[in-house]
Amino acid sequence: MAYKVVHYINQFYAGIGGEEFATTEPAKIAGVKGPGMALNAALKAAGAEIVATVYCGDSYFAENNEDAITRVLALIKEENPDLVICGPAFNAGRYGVACGQVAAEVKEKLGVPTLTGMYIENPGADMYKSKTIIMETKNSAAGMRDAVAKMAPVAIKMLKGEELGSAKQEGYIPTGIRKNLFENERGAKRAVDMLIKKLAGEEFETEFPMPEFDRVAPNPAVKDLAHATIALCTSGGIVPKGNPDHIESSSASHYGKYSIAGVNDLDAEHWQTAHGGYDPSYANADADRVLPVDVMREFEKEGKIGKLYDFFYTTVGNGTAVKNAKKFAAEYAQELKANGVDAVIMTST
Amino acid sequence: MKLELGYIYIKDVQFGAKSEVKDGTLYVNKEEIQKLVLEDENLVSCDVDLARPGESVRITPVKDVIEPRVKVEGRGGVFPGWMHKVDTVGEGKTNVLKGAAVVTAGKVVGFQEGIIDMSGEGAKYTPFSKTNNVVLVINPIDNLEAHDYEHSLRVAGLKVATYLGELARNLTPDEVKVYEHEGVLEGYKKYPDLPRVAYVLMLQSQGLLHDTYVYGVDAKQSLTTMINPTELFDGAIVSGNCVSACDKNPTYIHENNPVVEELFAQHGKKLNFVGVIITNENVYLADKMRSSDWSAKLCKFLNLDGAIVSQEGFGNPDTDLIMNCKKIEAEGVKTVIITDEYAGQDGSSQSLADADVAANAVVTGGNANVVIHLPKMDKVIGTLDYVDIIAGGWSGSLQPDGSIIAELQVITSATNEQGYNCLSAR
Repeated sequence: MAYKVVHYINQFYAGIGGEEFATTEPAKIAGVKGPGMALNAALKAAGAEIVATVYCGDSYFAENNEDAITRVLALIKEENPDLVICGPAFNAGRYGVACGQVAAEVKEKLGVPTLTGMYIENPGADMYKSKTIIMETKNSAAGMRDAVAKMAPVAIKMLKGEELGSAKQEGYIPTGIRKNLFENERGAKRAVDMLIKKLAGEEFETEFPMPEFDRVAPNPAVKDLAHATIALCTSGGIVPKGNPDHIESSSASHYGKYSIAGVNDLDAEHWQTAHGGYDPSYANADADRVLPVDVMREFEKEGKIGKLYDFFYTTVGNGTAVKNAKKFAAEYAQELKANGVDAVIMTST
Repeated sequence: MKLELGYIYIKDVQFGAKSEVKDGTLYVNKEEIQKLVLEDENLVSCDVDLARPGESVRITPVKDVIEPRVKVEGRGGVFPGWMHKVDTVGEGKTNVLKGAAVVTAGKVVGFQEGIIDMSGEGAKYTPFSKTNNVVLVINPIDNLEAHDYEHSLRVAGLKVATYLGELARNLTPDEVKVYEHEGVLEGYKKYPDLPRVAYVLMLQSQGLLHDTYVYGVDAKQSLTTMINPTELFDGAIVSGNCVSACDKNPTYIHENNPVVEELFAQHGKKLNFVGVIITNENVYLADKMRSSDWSAKLCKFLNLDGAIVSQEGFGNPDTDLIMNCKKIEAEGVKTVIITDEYAGQDGSSQSLADADVAANAVVTGGNANVVIHLPKMDKVIGTLDYVDIIAGGWSGSLQPDGSIIAELQVITSATNEQGYNCLSAR
């Protein structure tokens, strides 16, 4: 036996009983039970075997969640499995949420790959689709054979460490995580074909559904600039000469925090840009063009602003994932707040 | 307007005493090419090297790729405004050395140039692993401004491509492709029942080494306008870009614009290809508003039913793309847009810098942030000195064993937004 698999199911599929037994506490039995039998048969060909089945009543799991998940995880961990399969839960709400949570936490806390299956409208699908692979199943147990046929090949790929194809290719619920793949036709042909369908009023599938776009409303204006501490921040990549923290020219993995206490002008001798998305000649010649320390010092002297904050935060916006940018700012915004900064001028390029 | 493209298939490239094409092999005289390039007093050296499909060769830092072509019949010459005087091209006969390419390389900025691998993982992503490449590694005089260096490199590439294209002048093509465009009124009369479709071609024009030229004119100084689709095949549009390698449009792809080819393939069958609208991607908001207004206005003038909009670059130009899409859709013209994505290395981030519900039909060239491992190559044309700072690389991208771990961004034309490749994402 090359691979060990643990299967998680509820009290019903474990053969304990229906709703009246939904308060069953977490337990484990050796080998397979219920839907595990068909799964096991399909996995055998690849040298995998379900070594244990962990189960829990749906009500117990929901009502004593912390205790239940801790005990389920412990029972699974004892087996040291290569993969954990949960469900499938079809359209059973509490069961689906339990399958999702067990799969997500096993993956996160035990570092073991996980797979579950449920109907697309099961509340567990939306809650956990980005945290585990959820195969899309029919909405009732009548779809068990179909679910097993879909889940087993993906389980085998995961056991072998093979990369999964796209949601559409493999049949899982889109995780919201973008994956590259090679199509049979080039993009231009796909675009023309898509347009022909769109013009004919036929159904077409976009390759990138537009996301809910994150728009930020500006804060109200600062009322008393003359007594405000203002910080400069930039995604234009201004760094001390030599880029000491090696901020990437594109797709930045981190940001820098540098002191400008006593600095009146960002000269070419001490400052440069790390940004790879624009011609750096003018920024390198005079970094104030991107991070206007010189003008802010004049304003400070004239009393237009109270004070220029002693540090600036900087990163490279070029090709940097919005998620990373958000994480950077969430971190340093706290520092700015804690240090009494009233407002920030954020410059781009 | 009718253009016949005569393809002469090139299966190999070799150095030779005389530059010529014989039995599908392109022979190049190194000294003649060097002499041609070094006519430019801003350039001090030009190494000429050859790279063929399947070889263990890495070319970097790559600036542009150009396909050798020659006008054998009809007005003007290829690359009008550069290699030939300004005269309308796109009609008559043009011969093409299909399977050959000129690749210019040199450190213009360092982080804004790309990588072409002729074999291995990287070769899967770049279309230029499949061409027989004449590579020019060009060094400038000391202290030459980046802009002047870019200009010299650009002209050197066009010169050599024109020189090689000349070799095809008297050859009999292996295959002839005919592209005919009737004009707006004639097209309407001929295909009154077919949906009217145009191609909105966005040209990178953010300035500061992010430029595209149309008949020699810098696109950022032009209002949105129209061009005959066949003009592109004669080199009417030339790249002057130093942006992330994966999604800038090299001159080669402008010469072989895949959207134009695919629209021609359906012209008179499922649609009526009305023409090409070229618009820019300037940085100022007023320019973005004006240019996208103008795109939508031209779509309306042409009584279109549909339009395909293609992008160049990412981030800032995402806003131009979405503005074009939104405004064209608002005129009742259905759109499909072609873009690529920056969804983070794990693919979990928002892919574009702008979005709108109107953009409900999108073709993607893939996620450029994906990390790839490029094996060591036996030979490097150019230098690996900039691998760590190239857009898509990071400190340590170049491994001690000569392999490279970097984002897909570094590969020339990997996520092309004119739909040149099969790569996509879901």
